[in-house]
Amino acid sequence: MTFHIDATLRDRKLDVSLSLGQAETVAILGPNGAGKSTLLSVAAGLLRPDAGSARLGERVLFNFDGGNRVWTPPHLRGTALLAQEPLLFPHLSVLDNVAFGPRSAGASRAYSRDVARHWLDEVDVAQLAERKPGQLSGGQAQRVAVARALAASPELLLLDEPMSALDIHAAPHLRRLLKRVLTGRRALIITHDVLDALMLADRVVVMEKGRIVEEGATKEVFRRPRSPFAAGLAGVNLLAGTVTEDGLRTPAGAEVGSLHVAGLLDEEAEPGRPGVAAFPPSAVSVFPDAAHGSPRNSFPVSITDLEPHGDHIRVRAGDLAADITPAASAELGLGPGSHVYFVVKATAVQVYAA
Amino acid sequence: MNYSGIPRWIYGLAVVGGLFVLLPLAAMVLKVDWTQFIPLVTSESSLTALGLSLKTSAASTALCLILGIPLAIVLARRPFRGQRFLRAFVLLPLVLPPVVGGIALLYTFGRQGLLGKDLELAGIQIAFSTTAVVLAQTFVALPFLVVSLEGALRTAGNRYEAVAATLGARPTTILRRVTLPMVLPGVASGAVLSFARSLGEFGATLTFAGSLQGVTRTLPLEIYLQRETDPDAAVALSLVLVAVAVIVVGLSYRRPRHATTPVEAAV
Repeated sequence: MTFHIDATLRDRKLDVSLSLGQAETVAILGPNGAGKSTLLSVAAGLLRPDAGSARLGERVLFNFDGGNRVWTPPHLRGTALLAQEPLLFPHLSVLDNVAFGPRSAGASRAYSRDVARHWLDEVDVAQLAERKPGQLSGGQAQRVAVARALAASPELLLLDEPMSALDIHAAPHLRRLLKRVLTGRRALIITHDVLDALMLADRVVVMEKGRIVEEGATKEVFRRPRSPFAAGLAGVNLLAGTVTEDGLRTPAGAEVGSLHVAGLLDEEAEPGRPGVAAFPPSAVSVFPDAAHGSPRNSFPVSITDLEPHGDHIRVRAGDLAADITPAASAELGLGPGSHVYFVVKATAVQVYAA
Repeated sequence: MNYSGIPRWIYGLAVVGGLFVLLPLAAMVLKVDWTQFIPLVTSESSLTALGLSLKTSAASTALCLILGIPLAIVLARRPFRGQRFLRAFVLLPLVLPPVVGGIALLYTFGRQGLLGKDLELAGIQIAFSTTAVVLAQTFVALPFLVVSLEGALRTAGNRYEAVAATLGARPTTILRRVTLPMVLPGVASGAVLSFARSLGEFGATLTFAGSLQGVTRTLPLEIYLQRETDPDAAVALSLVLVAVAVIVVGLSYRRPRHATTPVEAAV
């Protein structure tokens, strides 16, 4: 009983292959326009791919690869979709909204309402059953939408940034609820939030430009990110290049030449193979002149931005960042355009295979 | 903020515009012979014409709903080749002189018409019957329903339908339980406008259905006829038609306020 999708959609430059186990929740991360929502629409049957196939357990959702094309319409797929907005049917009461799934599956009105009450209770909004959607707050409406999706007993739950339209007080509440109801379920959840991925997902995939660029167990991806997007979420500096005996060499770029980064190789990193070097901004010091004496790295950079970060100042220079104290920043007289050196000890740099 | 940004002279022209509509109505009301009003509007021919008008308008409104709802859905929901042409042709009766519509219907359903010939063989005669009145009224009233409903469907969007489908609802279930309830105000105002247009239909009816008392002579035709022989009766009946129209339009313009609120509240 697994879910597998393999889809190409040329219009949207989507080309993805993904599998989910029986009770696995996978978070999809990636910048805007990476094709995350498109992937969910294809899985739900709201968009037709050009090629590929998908199956959910025994059911073929679509198959455009063989001779005879198979297409299962959305209502026969068992894939409930929860969007950013709750999209509760405005003319139905909360109870009838949640009863919509079982009712559409052919259950009696009375039975469907019993199912609906159960799920409203499950998401802690049983007392709102008789209200109309217009009388709910954003957080309440999204909880009802969760109940409505679950009441349809989907075999695959598709969540498209379910927390992004909620205010900061309602989001943690819904996140806890989702953690509870997603346990033991198969779900795909699109999110921009590390916390969502860590709390809700067993595994994450990172999408960029319509393709999966990185995937793995959630903790592993954030501990050792390999894509720039995952590194950004994990809050570490990432340099990609070729592994050497004592670190990593970056390819010569348009603006900067090839850099050698001294670091600690992990056991799988093989010299000569592609790899990445990662180090936290807190391990980076900023100096006005090149620092010598090994083993340390000293990168000449031009500062692009300064921004508050907790009780530190985050100094950005292109893709790299350093966290320093406000006092240090003031003493160095830093500002955008300043030419300085980012210095980081070799022992603070992890080098691993990409 | 009380500033409206409206130049003063606009008010002057607006007043003239309002008077242009109200003054003729007032002139007509002044012309009514109130002592004779009740006998005039309750004469047998008047009541027959009024009854026929209400019956045929109700029938053509029903026909507009049956044909117009699917048309509006197809136009609003799925782009296809030739959609713009279809929309243009559906809306044509809005700008076409009704008498032209009547002639077109005659060449379709008349005894020598495109479909009329076969219908004649099957023993069905449409032209110059009450059915012809209903068809003529439907022809001119259909665009009102389609325009009003297509707008409502586009405003509502199809995201609710998509959600309903992923919850397991078949397309027919979605239409019945999501799409139509959500655009019900649009359906209602479209139906009311179609009814009003049917009630006032004259040219197409006269051309295609003729003017037989009790069969095809609706209230507008009766008024036109009376104007020659009994102007007082014509004025009295006109007032009845104005009253019905005011009630109908009043109903339809109270509705749209409700139309938007549930949808907006949900978003």
